[in-house]
Amino acid sequence: MSALSANTDGLRRRRAVNRLMEAIATAAAFAAVVVLGIMVVSVARRGGAAIDLNLFTKTPHPFSFTNQPSGLANAFVGTAVIVGIATAMAVPVGVLSAIYLNEFARARVAFLIALALDVLNGVPAIVVGIFVFALIVVHHGQSALAGSFALSILMIPLIARATQEVLALVPQATREGSLALGVSRWRTTLGVVLPQTIGAIVTGTTLAVARVAGETAPLLFTSSIVGDRLQWNPHLALASVPLKIFEYSESPDPADHARAWAAALVLISFVLVASITARALAARSRRRMGLHR
Amino acid sequence: MATAVTIQPERRVDLTPQATLPPPERRETVFDIRGLTARYGGVPAISDVSMEIYENLVTAVIGPSGCGKSTFIRCLNRMNDLVPAFRAEGEILYHGLDLHGPGIDPVAVRRRIGMVFQKPNPFPKSIYDNVAFGLRALGMKDGLDGRVEHALTQAALWDEVKGRLKMSALELSGGQQQRLCIARAIAVEPDVVLLDEPASALDPIATSSIEDLMHELKRDYTFVIVTHNMQQAARVADMTAFFSLSPAGEDGRRSGMLVEYDATQKIFTTPADRRTEDYVTGRFG
Repeated sequence: MSALSANTDGLRRRRAVNRLMEAIATAAAFAAVVVLGIMVVSVARRGGAAIDLNLFTKTPHPFSFTNQPSGLANAFVGTAVIVGIATAMAVPVGVLSAIYLNEFARARVAFLIALALDVLNGVPAIVVGIFVFALIVVHHGQSALAGSFALSILMIPLIARATQEVLALVPQATREGSLALGVSRWRTTLGVVLPQTIGAIVTGTTLAVARVAGETAPLLFTSSIVGDRLQWNPHLALASVPLKIFEYSESPDPADHARAWAAALVLISFVLVASITARALAARSRRRMGLHR
Repeated sequence: MATAVTIQPERRVDLTPQATLPPPERRETVFDIRGLTARYGGVPAISDVSMEIYENLVTAVIGPSGCGKSTFIRCLNRMNDLVPAFRAEGEILYHGLDLHGPGIDPVAVRRRIGMVFQKPNPFPKSIYDNVAFGLRALGMKDGLDGRVEHALTQAALWDEVKGRLKMSALELSGGQQQRLCIARAIAVEPDVVLLDEPASALDPIATSSIEDLMHELKRDYTFVIVTHNMQQAARVADMTAFFSLSPAGEDGRRSGMLVEYDATQKIFTTPADRRTEDYVTGRFG
């Protein structure tokens, strides 16, 4: 008993260091949660009051300092259209590149592609914006499509990496079982490998959507010269929530400030809900992946 | 085809298959393997293996761990092609056609030569879809239900699962899963079924039912089975090949080699090679 409780090998000091480090790590983790909490609360306090039906159904009133109903319907529609088209562009490319990366590429090529995806993931959004500006906007003018293209570039690495990580978890024995039947590689991938990764694809896509829905810089170059009319046509430049927040933050009208906070609250709520949904979906698909129960 | 497989709780180590072993001149050669050397990243796993495998017989490959049994059997349907550093030399003639010859598609090879693996690997799909997947992928869609039922019946699984074909295959027991894998393999009507230690993860009763299956099915198929269980080889195999490790070469490396290949009865009662005798009598390995 005494041998176990005695202060041998600096036990007391080691125990103290252990406690201290544990406390620092815990504090750091809580700090992240606290920052998020303060942000959500402050945005909610300032924007909460301005959230009403008009915000979603009315377009901006042409005059400031008026009591006429005014809203950001055009910005919500624009963001939905731009992000929707970006998702439609990014999902096939992201999933197919993940399939190539994990199922077909040789080790050296796979390493290079994985590296390229990680670098692409780190490219600042404004660089992507200016790239699409030079590539498309200079010749064809601004449009929601150009904005979608810019956002899809940001989404592809997120979707590809999320998909690839789960493809790598599919046991090789599953592939061998199919290949041993004389089924081709592609049919094997499509028939027995990919179905196990649907959850991950949905999760990765949801996180990517949440990430780009608030992107401002790429849209500044590609879809920012807009009127206040409600538009659905992706060939035109469409308004977007993040740019409207930016615009209203500079308005002289306090009601516009409130609307900017409200839009920010909607955006942050969307990101929170999307992230939580994505985590739940990921947890579910991982449970399913936990083969053989 | 008789389907009700009775499980005999105490199986004697009998050598009944020999009764069906035809004399050499009446055996049809399926595989004619000539000087097969298989390497992973330049290191030989098996060296210079030559043997013939005959139609509608069960051929067992036995030997100690690491002697290249699995490498050998995976050469027979080019499953090793999936390993990037793998290279094979020598010839594997399948009905006279070199499996590694130019223009031979490994997908077509595996279409004729199926495989059942050591660990049951059902797809995470329903029982029905496990069997139907290969049929659909290979365009054998006519009478799909009948084909699935026939394959499950041949694998002695139909009576146990007929009421719950929509259930996930992952909910079956290990022995049932392995029989499902056999059903999946034979559903697409291959010529040859390779089994790589198919019973090593199973209990004795499940093992016994799989051995009974092979007895039943060898009328229709040619089986090659890798096993580290000598009683199993003695029970199921007509022909037995004994693999072992070669003496260390100049570089100090040892690789798998074929020591002796003959009728199972001969291998287990009067082996020609001293090493085989030591192994089958339990003095080594």
